[in-house]
Amino acid sequence: MLVNPPILALLIFSALASAMLLYSCVYGIRIIKGWNIKSGSEYQLSLERRTYLISTIINYVFVFQLLSFFVFIYTADQLHTVFAGAMCAAGTLNLNEWGYRTVLLKFLTCVFSGVWLLINYVDNRGYDYPLIKKKYGLLLLIAPFALIEGVVQGLYFFGLEPDVITSCCGTLFTSENEGITAGIVSLPRLLVQGAFFGTLALTVLLGIAHLRRRILRGYPFALSSIAASAASAVAFMSVICLFFYESPLHHCPFCVLQKGYGYIGYPIYFSFLAAAVSGPAIAVLDPLNRIESLKTVVPSVRKRLIWLTLGAHSLFAGITIYEMIFSKFQLQ
Amino acid sequence: MRWIEKQRNILDFTLGSLLRRRGKSLALLIVYSLVIFMLASVIFFTHAIKKEAAVVLEGAPEMIVQRLIAGRHDLIPKSYADTIREIKGVYAVNGRLWGYYYDPTNGANYTLMVDSDLNDTAGSIVIGKGVARNLPGDNYGAIPLKASDGSYLFLKVGGILPAESELVSADLILMSEKDFRRMFGIPDEYVTDITLQVRNPKEYTTVATKISQLLPDSRPILKEEILRTYDAVFDWRAGILIVILLGSILAFLILAWDRSAGLSVEEKHETGILKALGWETSDILLMKFWEGVAISLTSFLVGILAAYVHVFFFASGLFEPVLKGWSVLYPEFRLTPFIDGYQVATLFLLTVVPFTIATIIPAWRTATIDPDTMMRT
Amino acid sequence: MIELKDVRKVYNAGKPSEFVALDGIDLSLEAGRVTVLKGPSGSGKTTLLSLLGCMARPTAGRIHVFGREITSLPERFLTEVRRKTFGFIFQQFQLIKGMTAIENVMIPAYPSGERRAELKARAEKLLEMLNLSHRAEANAEWLSGGEAQRVAIARALINNPAVIIADEPTAHLDTKLAREFMEIIENLNGGGMTVLIASHDPLIHESPGVDHVVTLKDGRIVSQGAFQCS
Ligand SMILES: Nc1ncnc2c1ncn2[C@@H]1O[C@H](COP(=O)(O)OP(=O)(O)O)[C@@H](O)[C@H]1O
Ligand SMILES: [Mg+2]
Repeated sequence: MLVNPPILALLIFSALASAMLLYSCVYGIRIIKGWNIKSGSEYQLSLERRTYLISTIINYVFVFQLLSFFVFIYTADQLHTVFAGAMCAAGTLNLNEWGYRTVLLKFLTCVFSGVWLLINYVDNRGYDYPLIKKKYGLLLLIAPFALIEGVVQGLYFFGLEPDVITSCCGTLFTSENEGITAGIVSLPRLLVQGAFFGTLALTVLLGIAHLRRRILRGYPFALSSIAASAASAVAFMSVICLFFYESPLHHCPFCVLQKGYGYIGYPIYFSFLAAAVSGPAIAVLDPLNRIESLKTVVPSVRKRLIWLTLGAHSLFAGITIYEMIFSKFQLQ
Repeated sequence: MRWIEKQRNILDFTLGSLLRRRGKSLALLIVYSLVIFMLASVIFFTHAIKKEAAVVLEGAPEMIVQRLIAGRHDLIPKSYADTIREIKGVYAVNGRLWGYYYDPTNGANYTLMVDSDLNDTAGSIVIGKGVARNLPGDNYGAIPLKASDGSYLFLKVGGILPAESELVSADLILMSEKDFRRMFGIPDEYVTDITLQVRNPKEYTTVATKISQLLPDSRPILKEEILRTYDAVFDWRAGILIVILLGSILAFLILAWDRSAGLSVEEKHETGILKALGWETSDILLMKFWEGVAISLTSFLVGILAAYVHVFFFASGLFEPVLKGWSVLYPEFRLTPFIDGYQVATLFLLTVVPFTIATIIPAWRTATIDPDTMMRT
Repeated sequence: MIELKDVRKVYNAGKPSEFVALDGIDLSLEAGRVTVLKGPSGSGKTTLLSLLGCMARPTAGRIHVFGREITSLPERFLTEVRRKTFGFIFQQFQLIKGMTAIENVMIPAYPSGERRAELKARAEKLLEMLNLSHRAEANAEWLSGGEAQRVAIARALINNPAVIIADEPTAHLDTKLAREFMEIIENLNGGGMTVLIASHDPLIHESPGVDHVVTLKDGRIVSQGAFQCS
């Protein structure tokens, strides 16, 4: 176990967030069971009041969760000074089996709660709460992620043994290993670059088509946005990061977060996260549009969401392409 | 646009109502700022001292070899250096002479070290700022140092070390090899320890193992290891302090909860009026949000500013004994000011986030007052 | 414009303290009229006003405001309807202390996100109309009863409502001020405003501007009509 201020802060936040989510779930169950918008009973009124509380809680938890995501990664990165063999977050996260799982769970919690907030936002604009039961059903599915995330993060920090020697990005992200990361790193560069630019271009095209209502359904755009996010992640690890590190072999996704690279990793991560949340959310809007009371609500939300998604992808592409062009390092 | 105007209007109203209840808000603000001040002090201090340690060690050699006799650090023969020089990949092998000196007149400990630049001017020394502070007057002249045979050496102060980091140089006295050996009676063929550099950083461990094999009574120490230990020790200390401070955070949260749950009759009445006049539950929640932002922001700024002054201008007087754990050598050394977004984010997670979460439920309770209660009072 | 059908309001339903405040209310209010609710204390006048004014929801029955069914509307829509349709004047003025008169007048409009300058201009105009311009910057605490009443009226008008709802507006006013109040109301009504007043003050019942009187007793309507029955 390692105790330092950021670790304590993260643990405390997770405990608080978990408690608030559990609390929300209790009322979520009551709402699913007892909701009846036609009734003027006091119970129904009290349930309606609760929805305000739960929205507020999830709103705050989402924003703070985003913050904790970055603090977690930064903390993992900072810890490299304490562990032999670690040079960045890649090594410290690898200290025990919980490190990478925490990152993944934090990421998923952010995506899910972002989507939930969108559904909530839309639902609140319908005059008959059309999605209320589905919304709270979904909350019951999402909350466990956050709870498990808290536990896994705890296991990670409690399991840190300062005398463990870890392997870091130099050995983790090479093509010589086996497993997913090695697979990603050893992908042919042209293929990866092609997929990156291809999905991006497709997403922009589909986004504009969807905006102009040339394509009515949101699924194509949502799918291509998800594909572009995935391609961005893969491309970042296998090709793009080389330009940042100016080295043909360094494939670490975490070192860019360090001061030596001007913290450029943070805007990159942020834009990636924003696209990863808003892209899938577009797909959710399609079925909602068929609901009578949401017909006037969905189009304006959709418009803003498409712009947000396109903006996030463009920011990611902008930063990385700039680096690919102006980096001292060039691929042969 | 409407959205922005709405935020502005409600923010305006919120600030007005906070000012109207200045007294009540003030108590919370003070406690809030105090909690942030304490936590920020701990965090700033740890961070700065870790940085300081890194600066101290920056110029240090990659590896030091000491000799151990009966488990204790002892003088090492110069011949060991020759053995080490033979190892492949090793360069810049040098013997060092250093030690501690207790000055009974001031009750201070000085670090004495040989600087080869002074070897030609035996009899003169260069001192650190901390040492200079202990000497009477501005014109230092010569200092008497008691040698191991009981006689006194009078050494002339030739200069004062520039303080890049006070922690490194405050207690330092640099002297010539001749004076040093005379003072401590160390024979010519011995030195305190041996420093060396290794060409390829990946071979540190290999070289260290080799040295241990060739010279079984020696102990190689890696700079990396020292840094790591420092980091771990200071992090750990700060962690423990924060665990202790958790009590005060908790007390503060209870206060915050209580403050926002136990609204005065007047505040409840006001909220009732707002709701009756057409403010909706989420408008009141928005107002509570801005209230939280105003209070948190103010306390955060005040707390951080106070901590900054405390740590960097007043040498963290409150926590120094616990955190520094260095000897009593550094009566008033100053840390180099340094704050970054990470420390601020940590502080935010430790204070503002729990405060906000603790006030959600009370705020919601206030916000859901029935508007028609206003018609019956 | 406002219609109630078989409206019922029960407080503390299911508890021992259950109380039926209103029962079987059928009522229809027409635009441009001044309607007065009368009845002894505890007869349900305030409760009826709060249901009509979208402040509370009926336990049963239907309420239509401008043809829109509001009984099962979520709170945020209900509040919006209320803010746009009704202006309220309460028994005890209910001004916020420590704020100036003009700020009090502006409060109901804050959530709609109007430009502050425009809002302020509108508030000034209203105060001028009520002869209160000189007191605009005065702290609400230091206003006299009559001034406070007029600030409350200005506040009720800030969102350009179609209906003014007043609950016992003259309870804290002397006869002279009560007459003044009714004059203002009649003026507003002359400009097309619909007015709804709950009161057991005979001065209001006998006032010439009243078009319609509804009498309540024990939560039921016992009589209604254009005539005053004292
Ligand atoms: N929140 C409440 N809980 C229980 N009873 C209430 C509540 N509000 C009003 N009542 C009761 O409903 C009855 C009608 O009240 P009200 O509408 O204020 O009458 P009026 O305005 O005609 O005096 C009263 O007997 C009162 O005690
Ligand atoms: Mg009444």
